Amino acid sequence: MARVIVKVPARARRGEIIEIKALVGHVMETGYRHTETGVLIPRDIIRAFVCTYSGEEIFRADFHPAVAANPLIEFTTIATESGKFEFRWTGDNGFSATESALITVE
Amino acid sequence: MTTRRDFLITAGTLVGGASFSVWTGNSFATAAAVQDAIRKITGGAPLRKGRVKLEVPPLIENGNSVVVTVSVESPVTATEYVKAIHVFAPENPLPNIVSVYLGPRAGRARFTARVRVANSQTLLAVAQLSDSSFWSDGVEVIVTLPACGEER
Repeated sequence: MARVIVKVPARARRGEIIEIKALVGHVMETGYRHTETGVLIPRDIIRAFVCTYSGEEIFRADFHPAVAANPLIEFTTIATESGKFEFRWTGDNGFSATESALITVE
Repeated sequence: MTTRRDFLITAGTLVGGASFSVWTGNSFATAAAVQDAIRKITGGAPLRKGRVKLEVPPLIENGNSVVVTVSVESPVTATEYVKAIHVFAPENPLPNIVSVYLGPRAGRARFTARVRVANSQTLLAVAQLSDSSFWSDGVEVIVTLPACGEER
């Protein structure tokens, strides 16, 4: 299982814009590199990232080989209700990683 | 008769040539490929300059990990918001870098990611708004240690 770190404020005021950071450990092998003997290193990347807030999708990203290793993505959302953030990364070779975080909105 | 000097020169050329061929295996996106990638997103709609701000260090020491931040000057309400932001690097082997899809719940139309930049070039960010208009910003960057060139 890939190492995942997400940062979501534990509590927020209703209507506040909160910042979310999500990082996942992954080589993001581009598929354009060769070994010293000239053998092509096959592509192995994360292709998609989705974040849901209480079950509703709030942010999605498509990654291409030009996303750096250990992809970090930062974005914002409005704190609407207490609930659960769920993060999901999917990619080549059946890669899948998930994480969740709770928020209390008052 | 091969002298020692000739031999060394030839050997040096061979070794140098061999290592050179390893990294010239990289292709770069053509101008047409870049236009295609953009057209796939806009569907032929006009791309206007402005409203988008692409923040990236102008001098990049290491192209393997470059922090890019894109923000769009737009209201973020239920009816008026930013749908998507796409970032392109025309000189990378693939012009597309990353695409993000936001919505009215984003609060702010802004995101940050870490990307690879193959060479000195003009990076491009394209934003699609809820009224289906497209806005863009280009930033020229200089890369001292390019991504993709390095091998292991």
